[in-house]
Amino acid sequence: MNAPAAGAISRLEGIAGSGAFSSDPERLAAYAIDGVTPSGAVQVSSPEEIVEIVKFAASENLAIVVCGARTKIGIGLPPRRYDIALDVTRLSRIVAYDPGDLTLSVEPGVPLCHLQQKLNEHGQFLPLGAPFMTRATVGGTIASGVEGPLRQMYGTARDFVLGMEFVTGDGVAGKSGGRVVKNVTGYDLHKLLIGSLGTLGIIAKINLRTFPAPQIVRAFIAHFPTVENAAACRDRIAASSLRPLTLDILSPGVAELFESDAAARVEATPMPGGIFSRSAWMASAGFTGNTAVLDRCEREVRAMAEGAGATHFAKLGTEDSPAGLAAAFGRKREFIPIALESSPACTIMKMSLLPEHLERAIAAVKHAAEDHCLPWAAVARGVGVIYVVLLPEARDEKHMKCVAGATNRIHEDCARLGGNSTVPWCPSRWKSALNIWGPERADLPLMRKLKSVFDPQEVLAPGRFVGGI
Amino acid sequence: MDAKLLSELQRLLGADNVLHKAEDLLLYEYDGSVEMGRPDCVVFPQNTEHVVGIVALANRFQTPLVGRGAGTGLSGGALARSGGILTVFSRMNQILQVDARNQRAVVQPGVVNSDLSSAVAHLGLHFAPDPSSQKACTIGGNVSENSGGPHTLAYGVTTNHVLGMQIVLPTGELIRIGNSAVDATGYDLTGLFVGSEGTLGLVTEITVKLTRLPEETKTLLAIFDRVEDATETVAELTARGITPAACEMLDGWSLRAIEAYIHAGYPVDSAAVLLIDVDGLREAAIAQAEQVGEVCGAHKAREVRAAKDAKERDLLWKGRKNAFAAVGRLSPCYYVQDGVIPRTKLPATLRRIEEIGKKYGFEIGNIFHAGDGNLHPIVPFDPRDKEQFRRAVAASDEIIEYCVAAGGTITGEHGVGMEKDRLMPLMFSEAELELMKRVRNAFNPGGLLNPEKIFPSKKGCGEIHSRPIKGAPSEVPVA
Repeated sequence: MNAPAAGAISRLEGIAGSGAFSSDPERLAAYAIDGVTPSGAVQVSSPEEIVEIVKFAASENLAIVVCGARTKIGIGLPPRRYDIALDVTRLSRIVAYDPGDLTLSVEPGVPLCHLQQKLNEHGQFLPLGAPFMTRATVGGTIASGVEGPLRQMYGTARDFVLGMEFVTGDGVAGKSGGRVVKNVTGYDLHKLLIGSLGTLGIIAKINLRTFPAPQIVRAFIAHFPTVENAAACRDRIAASSLRPLTLDILSPGVAELFESDAAARVEATPMPGGIFSRSAWMASAGFTGNTAVLDRCEREVRAMAEGAGATHFAKLGTEDSPAGLAAAFGRKREFIPIALESSPACTIMKMSLLPEHLERAIAAVKHAAEDHCLPWAAVARGVGVIYVVLLPEARDEKHMKCVAGATNRIHEDCARLGGNSTVPWCPSRWKSALNIWGPERADLPLMRKLKSVFDPQEVLAPGRFVGGI
Repeated sequence: MDAKLLSELQRLLGADNVLHKAEDLLLYEYDGSVEMGRPDCVVFPQNTEHVVGIVALANRFQTPLVGRGAGTGLSGGALARSGGILTVFSRMNQILQVDARNQRAVVQPGVVNSDLSSAVAHLGLHFAPDPSSQKACTIGGNVSENSGGPHTLAYGVTTNHVLGMQIVLPTGELIRIGNSAVDATGYDLTGLFVGSEGTLGLVTEITVKLTRLPEETKTLLAIFDRVEDATETVAELTARGITPAACEMLDGWSLRAIEAYIHAGYPVDSAAVLLIDVDGLREAAIAQAEQVGEVCGAHKAREVRAAKDAKERDLLWKGRKNAFAAVGRLSPCYYVQDGVIPRTKLPATLRRIEEIGKKYGFEIGNIFHAGDGNLHPIVPFDPRDKEQFRRAVAASDEIIEYCVAAGGTITGEHGVGMEKDRLMPLMFSEAELELMKRVRNAFNPGGLLNPEKIFPSKKGCGEIHSRPIKGAPSEVPVA
């Protein structure tokens, strides 16, 4: 820490109050990002405090990284500067919940699973079936842009965030959208904040649409000899009249991860044996509806799977005994944390492309991983998103080079297929060697322009986002 | 207008694609709202290069520039409020690509909304946003306004169906944002541009998602003798976790207006009807229709009619989709609002609207998207009566203020444009508006693109009220 910053940091305590401020190195270590430790951490408890702290930071030329439960704080480039950790976990009120209107207004620090419990009391839920469910906050989940298997039916946060209040990098309390389900008043600035890693504004309040929770769910899994078969099954389901809640393709490597001790540590629901196969490609789909609907889904999905060359077809649990269903869904949702838990060198790529390119993209991943001697696994969503897990044995130089080689090749192949690819998770020290944000996009200058509007002095998480924004 | 600019435009586009005579411009000085704004010239680009050229000329001659689709907008978004060049996209109306396997289409902005759905119907697909003007309005316009429609209750509004765009920025650069794939890396520029009311750029190509047509649609017409029973039905449907594909309410006044024009078979002696679609798999739609019928019955519906076939269904919907045209037969002019309220506030809001009507001496009709709380109160007035017009605006404003106080918003799908700019302070503080302006200025630094829209001008309210209004006294030629 340089001297002027030290003086400024001590004045921060006066703003935040001693109970909410810490400069104790031991406590600050928990806020470190990619090896960079802040000089102070503040737990804010009101939006006004955020404004005050951001204004102070802007005047003192200090950099802030906002955080919730910090489960996804590793996403992005190392911060170029990082003086203050702004912790919003105390900003955790459910400000308003109107079950009759299917709308919700929450502060960012509300734990996601706590919120889901509240909604469940009214037969509703938030279709943010995102990873790190037991620990993550709503704000962190939305600001980091993670998604989950339910997007097949419900889309992603951009489809059900109705509005936000936030504080920009120059301390302006901004707002966009509203609390009703339909609204075109003003610019949808909140859409920019989704997945922005706190680089445009600090979210102070989020308005969301809630949904009736599916009452009866049935899900199926089919095993296939090749990825082509599994993709053909996905295509048949997508082209049918059926309306799946989830539709995913799993590589054989996924079975090993899901049945590992690491998986049991992350997702407590025990996994009945025999559901996943370590030698097969798998496609799984879940549905909701009445018994007549579900019987038909079962019949037709089975026929589609068999038509696509399935060697095995099974129901994931039953209505009476849903254990298998919960365990399998939980593991699919927690695929990323399970993979991260299984190896300290775990590197995860996210690709997004047209659904028809899923199998070619996965084939490219397979070649890239195998050519670099890297164990791998992949979960692909039917809408055209693939999470690729590379599992090098060690965090040494040699393996870093292998991972850099493989990820660069996957970036190239994905770009050739017209898709996007990033490396959201890898060991911190590898970030300079890997292309974390993937190939540069033509619209990057517009993103820089927006950054300069929202955060002209680069107070908020400088350097972490796309193109070093 | 500048003769040099005119000749440059003619050279760029050909004389056939440039209108500048007063009698031609008259046709483009209005849209679907009560606002007016006359352009200095109207141009029809045929391709993206033309649009780039037009933007360059606007910059060179420092002339305002406004984009326009079919001009069906209801907030004056596509009017040349400060004059200048009106760029009409009706001749850029090609569907460039249909990709059934990936459920995508790439279209030019002038493609008519329902033309896209018709073009992909044989593939079992459609473009889900379905504004009532869908037979005329363009997808470029839908993108600018983030248009909704009855079926957006279940399927989402335009922004939920747009993945990427090619845009000519006000500075003249041509750029692509978003992607054909989901989750484009970086800030969600597509999310920002959709609904920005043509103030950030001119869209020249749009990549949209296509949605699979439901296997079965059941259309129900529930007839009520009391408005409260209809609104309580809506509340109970929500409470039971039933999400219809559409849930529209029409009150007695509107029913009578529509029936006289469309002959859709609406009951003219009732207080209100709900027009409800449920769709999905056959087994699901049948069960949902039964549930909806039960709820309607429990709330004293006099009758619940189910459309027997597609023809009956189309007729019921034709009534709804032509509702505003029908109102036009009853009154020389009407003011339609677009406020949104939380759904649970529906009964109280309708009571309030009735009171406001009485206070100002109007019978206010209600045709609206009950399922998502998006109201369209209609205040009929005679524009030759200046005093009556003033009262119509005052009544509408009071309704909108009530919507905002109830936790709602001033516009659900029509946009702010030049109609509701003065109402923006009801929703946003000065600092919040200033931030949005900073975003606009970052993209549109000279302010030439669609000026004087969305953001309140510095003028006082009285002054703004007296700006020229279509058919308003000052504009009506003396016969």
